[in-house]
Amino acid sequence: MRVEAKILIWLGLFFGLMCAVYWTWSMENAGGVMMFFGMGLCLLPGSYYYWWSRRMGPRAEDDPNATQESGAGYIDAFPGSSIFPFTLGMGAFFVVLAMVFGSWMLIPGLGLVGWAALGGIAEGRRGGSR
Amino acid sequence: MPGFGAHQADTTTGQSAYYLWQGFSVVAAIIGAFVLALILYAVVAYRRKGDTIPKQTQYHVPLEIVYTVIPILIVIALFVATIVTENKVLAMPKTDVSINANAFQWGWGFTYDKQNAIAIGNTTESPVMVMPVDTDVKITLTSTDVVHGFYVRDFNFSRFALPGVTNQFTLHATKTGTYFGQCTQLCGLYHSIMFYKVKVVTPSEYQTWLSSFNTPEGKAAADAAKKVLKEQMSAHVPVKTEISRGAN
Amino acid sequence: MTTTIDKAITESHGDDHGHGHAEHHGPRGILNWLTTTDHKIIGLSYTITSVIMLIIGGALAEVIRGQLANPNGKLVTMAQYNELFTMHGSIMIYLFAGPFAFGALANIIVPIQIGAPDMAFPRLNALSYWLYLTGAITMLLGFFVTGGAANFGWVGYAPLSDAIYSPGAGADLWIGGLLLTGFSAIFTGVNICATVFYLRAPGMTLFRMPIFTWNLLVVSILILLAFPVLTAGLIMLYCDRHLGTHIYTVVGGGSPVLWQHIFWFWGHPEVYILALPFFGMVTEIIPVFSRKPVFGYKGMVFATLTIAALSLGVWAHHMFTTGVVLLPFFSIMSLLIAVPTGIKIFNWIGSMWRGQIWFSAAMLFSIGFVVTFLIGGLTGVYLASPPLDFFTHDTYFIVAHFHSVVMALVLGAMGGLYYWGPKITGYMLNERIGKAQFWLLFIGTQLFTIPQYILGLQGMPRRMAIYPNDPQWQNLNTWSSVGAIMIGISTLLFVVNIVASWKKHPAGDNPWDGHTLEWFTTSPPPHHNFFRLPQIRSERPTWDHNHPEAKTLAHGKDAH
Repeated sequence: MRVEAKILIWLGLFFGLMCAVYWTWSMENAGGVMMFFGMGLCLLPGSYYYWWSRRMGPRAEDDPNATQESGAGYIDAFPGSSIFPFTLGMGAFFVVLAMVFGSWMLIPGLGLVGWAALGGIAEGRRGGSR
Repeated sequence: MPGFGAHQADTTTGQSAYYLWQGFSVVAAIIGAFVLALILYAVVAYRRKGDTIPKQTQYHVPLEIVYTVIPILIVIALFVATIVTENKVLAMPKTDVSINANAFQWGWGFTYDKQNAIAIGNTTESPVMVMPVDTDVKITLTSTDVVHGFYVRDFNFSRFALPGVTNQFTLHATKTGTYFGQCTQLCGLYHSIMFYKVKVVTPSEYQTWLSSFNTPEGKAAADAAKKVLKEQMSAHVPVKTEISRGAN
Repeated sequence: MTTTIDKAITESHGDDHGHGHAEHHGPRGILNWLTTTDHKIIGLSYTITSVIMLIIGGALAEVIRGQLANPNGKLVTMAQYNELFTMHGSIMIYLFAGPFAFGALANIIVPIQIGAPDMAFPRLNALSYWLYLTGAITMLLGFFVTGGAANFGWVGYAPLSDAIYSPGAGADLWIGGLLLTGFSAIFTGVNICATVFYLRAPGMTLFRMPIFTWNLLVVSILILLAFPVLTAGLIMLYCDRHLGTHIYTVVGGGSPVLWQHIFWFWGHPEVYILALPFFGMVTEIIPVFSRKPVFGYKGMVFATLTIAALSLGVWAHHMFTTGVVLLPFFSIMSLLIAVPTGIKIFNWIGSMWRGQIWFSAAMLFSIGFVVTFLIGGLTGVYLASPPLDFFTHDTYFIVAHFHSVVMALVLGAMGGLYYWGPKITGYMLNERIGKAQFWLLFIGTQLFTIPQYILGLQGMPRRMAIYPNDPQWQNLNTWSSVGAIMIGISTLLFVVNIVASWKKHPAGDNPWDGHTLEWFTTSPPPHHNFFRLPQIRSERPTWDHNHPEAKTLAHGKDAH
């Protein structure tokens, strides 16, 4: 994971440098704040990956001489089909329409969102259908 | 040297921008022609002839360094030229002629500091901003409703009229004449017809025009127009005193 | 020698899908589509929906050009015209270009380019699609409400977009649609990043990934950096409109220019989010049809990262005429972005140089992309200089600049569709129609944009429903409209091609002698993408497998 960490950390440091130059030179707060948090958004996962890269064993995809056998076996659970993305999407749709057409739309909206959230979590714990 | 599409403006700052445009255009034309020639050569010379696999070149570090460093140098040169011109365009020399331009939906009001003169108009009749030739004219640009754009093509210049911001810039016209101006930032329904004119006259004609507002009829007309402008401005929001000149 | 392995992809029920079965036990028909989590089906849904959006946005464009063919056009009223260009821009950028760039081809191609069985979060992927579809519907609903659709430009500057000056529901639907599509994009960004970081096949180090995947990795990071900013800005706009806040209004202590800062902090990375995927497509196509590896692989990666890094610091070059931004900073940063873009252009030429170039439709579109982007990019350099921006801003010069680059992206998109269409559908598109489509699109694009550069320099501002009665202006506008019609016809030709090629010529696994991993599997790929994988020792695993005598050199020390 070292390369991934390096990409994010270098981007974060560059944003930090750009932020420092910009904010002190322009004294303009909106851009300064946005760049600062951009730096944070890169350094946060970047430092996490860096921390992990020093503790984890080598992965097959980071090994330039790996054979395909080294990747054999279980990768992850990939839920085959699920109604919950659709229902969550529809719920979000009604919530947004409620912003425009009136709060009564929050009833189907939040209802669908709630059902999808609970159902999706349960499905994830079960492992999902094929 | 050709103008490459832009035209020599009728203000000093506009002319500086014009020369910068020409400089950029020469660079762009050379680079564009060079790269296009490379592409055309490649598509003609390297058309597929047979089935042989060509040499599988993956990189050439010296060449890659060359076409990284040379563009950086060109960019620095363009930046230096930009800063020199920018300082000229944004300069604010001291001057006595000071005009307040107020943009509103959908017209313009021009008042003159320490004078009674005023010009106001809207979509049915464009106002005419009168100013003297060969003199530094300070313009203070405001808006009290939405964002508008003060743009005069023949001056190679535009600036936003932003609510909450007082924009200032200087124009120094080099030729008399009447120039066409319009709003360039979308401001609602009649944005397409929010016109005004800038009339550049000799200093004596300018003084004559100013004093025409000091006669009793002139004063009455000016007061009436000022009332209309005040209504336009106060119908919306007060102007903040944050002053900006476009450069930090 | 090839080493292959049966990738045992198991679901948590321990079901052995060891042979990457093409069978899919699941719901049928429409329920299959509503519950799918397969990145290929989701990507195909994105492709079809975004191309429909392209056609709707294009139809609006044709009406705009119809109105502008005459100085005093009476095709539409001034109010309708404001809606037209607002929705044209909004549909094209928010509903076509973005979703097509990172939702359509990215979804389908990225997993198979790195040897993954699916995206890292398949259900989140599906959710992204449904949020996109509902967001598109929400925005388009604006046409059917009183007051019409949003009419304040695709950039929605405050105060014009606040409740006083744009009171209708159309504006709120515009905001709502953008909230939904914004979250769709954010979730896709998370998905692509996680997929590239965690699901690569053995031997596929980051520096052996195809450039298309590299570009999408960087795009996903940019999405995560930029889209939340827009989403926050939109929520604040909604609060100003309906909840009595004064964030963007002077009364109450707010600042209208704050909207511009927030919008463009998203808006500039957005244009690179749009451009980088198409850069990536072209970087795949040109080497394949030149029978050479991409020239300067590491330079390409470095250029992409540099563009991403710089793109966060240039937003206020859209605000030079406000008078309240730090001009020198944004000027130098914007000028510097020309450097990595130039590196890419030289690398594309280098990939063709001394190659054996086959002018398939995909290759023609890609070369057309490079030429058009060169023109658009060079005019962009002018705009990085504030004194020059002062007299071109908000004129047709700007309109021509961004249409040059955007039409270049459309050329790239067509290249991508012709190149990967066979892989996705299993059938070839007709090459002759494709080439005709290319010439119409390319020539139409230049005819459309070049008169507009001249118009802008002659002083015609943008967003004008009518313009002064100058015969030269009308002449230029007419030529531009002719170009627009050619572009429209070329899009229709694309639809004709799809119909004419429907299930005609099976493609086979690798019709183009492609280099990267997706050409190793079947067309279309099986349910979990690969029956078997080759040994991966460079960025061109399929080429190395098929042409062992012309192997790709591994890159020095695989960059650790």
